[in-house]
Amino acid sequence: MNVPTQTINGTEVPVFYVVDEHDHPAGSSTMLGFWLYLMSDCLIFAMLFATFGVLGGSYAAGPGPKDLFDLKLVALNTAMLLFSSITYGFAMLEMMKGRVKSTQMWLGITGLFGLAFLCIELYEFHHMIHEGAGPWRSAFLSSFFTLVGTHGLHVTFGIIWLVTLMVQVARFGLIEANQRRLMCLSMFWHFLDVVWIGVFTFVYLLGVLR
Amino acid sequence: MSADAHAAHGHGHDDHGHDDGRDHGSFKSYMTGFVLSVILTAIPFWLVMTGAIENKNWTIAIVVAFAVVQIVVHMVYFLHMNTTSDAGWTMMALIFTIIIVVIALSGSLWVMYHLNVNMMPVHDMRNMP
Repeated sequence: MNVPTQTINGTEVPVFYVVDEHDHPAGSSTMLGFWLYLMSDCLIFAMLFATFGVLGGSYAAGPGPKDLFDLKLVALNTAMLLFSSITYGFAMLEMMKGRVKSTQMWLGITGLFGLAFLCIELYEFHHMIHEGAGPWRSAFLSSFFTLVGTHGLHVTFGIIWLVTLMVQVARFGLIEANQRRLMCLSMFWHFLDVVWIGVFTFVYLLGVLR
Repeated sequence: MSADAHAAHGHGHDDHGHDDGRDHGSFKSYMTGFVLSVILTAIPFWLVMTGAIENKNWTIAIVVAFAVVQIVVHMVYFLHMNTTSDAGWTMMALIFTIIIVVIALSGSLWVMYHLNVNMMPVHDMRNMP
């Protein structure tokens, strides 16, 4: 197919004609690839939800959700994550307008909300473990700590990624590569909020109702 | 000549990456999503914390329904899901994932529930020595 056109004296530069390929600017498939990663991550969480669904009632004569969960704390946690979602949205809007400073500001605020979420969750875990309701206590608590802990770990890595990108933006500005990275993190961050909807509904609210 | 024209065309596309059907949202769409999310979060929490509805099953059904609606709201307003981005492949991947998740979740719960109910050791006191 791609045979270079030869002339007798061989001076002509080889020209390649690619019929099927259209133009693919660098990184044009990154977003789709990242979306596929998120979908695979979704399967991990689905399995953890299924595990919790099966084991969520096995208290082994230990404390149940009604004894352990403080819904006011969970509501505060949910608010933190929701605020961080909207502030990340504002960061994306400022990025689209090419404003470095306000993008950085909104990213910073998002990181702080994420950190607040993490601190509240760690406080909750610490409190539960202190009361003797650690992951070793019952199958319910094992699956609870695995599911909520995995989500918390995702948020932790999201914050590390966020700080990394803020350094990147500070050094190189809102170049195309950085915009692409920020869009990937945007999907990651909003995806974590979607998972949290499942967590607070099925683990906390339905747990207390159980 | 044709190759040159193609290259020039390709370069022209680099300047604006908005022809992939991807929606980047606006202030209005983000705020709509946020306000809807706040409402859809506050009502289930209020229902459970105050016990406003006597019937527990109704409360569970309403709380789950609100969660499903909120997930859709997040997908549309925050993750900008639509059928045109990347020629519909993101939507295809999402639908495929949802099918797998539904099969895995409902299958696990169904099988394990019946396993629990049917395989429970029966303590028949009559046969005790």
